[in-house]
Amino acid sequence: MSRQNWVLIAVLVLLALVPLTGSRYYVFLLTDVLIFGLFAVSLNLLLGYTGLVSFGQAAYFGIGAYAYALLIKKAGLTFGVAFALTGLSGAAAALIIGFFCVRLTKIYFAMLTLAFSQIVWAIIFKWNSLTGGDTGIYGIDFPEFIGSKTKFYYFTLIVVVVSVFLLRRIVNSPFGRILTTIRDNPERTESIGINVKLFQLLAFIVSGFFSAISGGLFAIFNHSIFPDFCYWPISAEVLIMTLLGGMYSFFGPMVGAGVLLYLRLEVTSYTQYWPFILGSILVLLLFFFPGGIVGFFQDQIKKWRPSK
Amino acid sequence: MNFDFSFVAIQFLYGLTNAMFIFLIASGLSIIFGVLGVLNFAHGSLYMLGAYTTYQCVSFFVDSPGYFWWAVIVASVTVALLGGIIERLLLRRLYQHEQINQLLFTYALVLILSDVARFIWGVDQLSVSRPAVLKGAVEIFGQYFPKYNIFIIFLGPSIAFLFWFFMLRTRSGRMIRAAALDRETLGSLGVNVDRLFTVVFVIGSWLAALGGALVSPVVTIRPGMDVEIIINAFIVVVIGGLGSFWGTFLAALMVGTVYSMGILVFPRLSMIFIYVIMVLVLIIRPWGLLGRPLQR
Repeated sequence: MSRQNWVLIAVLVLLALVPLTGSRYYVFLLTDVLIFGLFAVSLNLLLGYTGLVSFGQAAYFGIGAYAYALLIKKAGLTFGVAFALTGLSGAAAALIIGFFCVRLTKIYFAMLTLAFSQIVWAIIFKWNSLTGGDTGIYGIDFPEFIGSKTKFYYFTLIVVVVSVFLLRRIVNSPFGRILTTIRDNPERTESIGINVKLFQLLAFIVSGFFSAISGGLFAIFNHSIFPDFCYWPISAEVLIMTLLGGMYSFFGPMVGAGVLLYLRLEVTSYTQYWPFILGSILVLLLFFFPGGIVGFFQDQIKKWRPSK
Repeated sequence: MNFDFSFVAIQFLYGLTNAMFIFLIASGLSIIFGVLGVLNFAHGSLYMLGAYTTYQCVSFFVDSPGYFWWAVIVASVTVALLGGIIERLLLRRLYQHEQINQLLFTYALVLILSDVARFIWGVDQLSVSRPAVLKGAVEIFGQYFPKYNIFIIFLGPSIAFLFWFFMLRTRSGRMIRAAALDRETLGSLGVNVDRLFTVVFVIGSWLAALGGALVSPVVTIRPGMDVEIIINAFIVVVIGGLGSFWGTFLAALMVGTVYSMGILVFPRLSMIFIYVIMVLVLIIRPWGLLGRPLQR
């Protein structure tokens, strides 16, 4: 087994042991980190692996959250069915929206994903009778068999680990290799007979699926949901997480989510000026660590061991 | 609902006022994108700072005659210079980076500037009173319509015309247009492209700040106005065509009037209408109504 896999298993064991410390603070923080880490990794399938800048990823996160809440509260489905449909709802939305978006490139792609996510937001915001409008939906309880914060932490851990495992298989598969080829040179990929738009669309759907899963998890974690889940600053925030960790490494976005959420929790207990701090971190990152945290450490390791 | 003609006409005039404000802001966004290739999220923040700085200047100058106009000039120029400093010291270093990095840098500015404004002016809603000359209303079709709004409706096209004249007929305007088309060739012809970029960013920032300064008497100045306006400005620029000047004007008119008319007919859907127009434009003509296809 490779060294990276040993590290992953060690991290996983540590994560599984965290609730034994009895610290509610860390259980809370890590649940949050796992959920947003999955969200960021799913975004990075587009950003880092396919070279598509999606500026509207909050749409699928929000759709997942609302799909779960509505299926449980309004449709009265059982937990298993509702949770499975959560991911599919994101994939379905990504299929429809992606169908139009992949026809465009670069900045126009980013603008169209943003425009669609704003439509999703506006619909959720205005459709009072279904979504509760501005007040959102309250009272989303833990399902019976995961009735405590610790149990929910383990549930989240399992869902996220399985999802991330699947995503890692995807990026290392021939399909994933085609995506990186598209990122590096779409014209050449097209000319060797690969349907670039189709593969971009498939990546978009997979990404939407896992973003919706993370949205569904967050709905349960937060016990209530709001239209702001789909609003564009969330899309920006998950992009920042991805870049902070490093978009050219698979686990980078996970690290970015961890660092950002930890800092936010710590900083907001001292000062109300968190946006200022976040903005400053982002500026430092762009100017001095363009490869993100993971990219920075990878460079350092290479420097110290030139012959790997 | 009562749809008598005068009511619809007045609503249309309010829409036209809004369109002019959106035009001022979006035209700055458009010229910065057209020349620098940067989609500036912080444009809304400059607009917000323009409004706050006007409030500050008004309270400084309140005893002198014509204080509102001085406040508008001083505030918009100050914010424009701030834009110039940001471009010179920071943004400049990112031109060689990927577009996503530039986008995130301007988003970082949104976060920083919103907190700076919150730190200086707090979270209370502030307001500026209308200048003495333009207080009161005139009667149009039996309804009262504020004089200040009429002034804005005339000011918008005047600025559009001046701007168009500047771009088409002056040497600086020609160089800006040349830079939008091919900055390498322009540089090799001996034009200082670096300085030109700063000038364009200052002009764009000034337009945003002017929008903020002029809007201050008709809205409440408060945190969050930056994020609200930027999406509308993006929509206008995208519908009109990124970098297209008259496209921006046309799209601002469309968005302003569709919004105010839409509220009359479908109060819940007027916001969605505009997003849908944007999506349709992006799908059918990604380069916008009056733009031309770009190789970016």
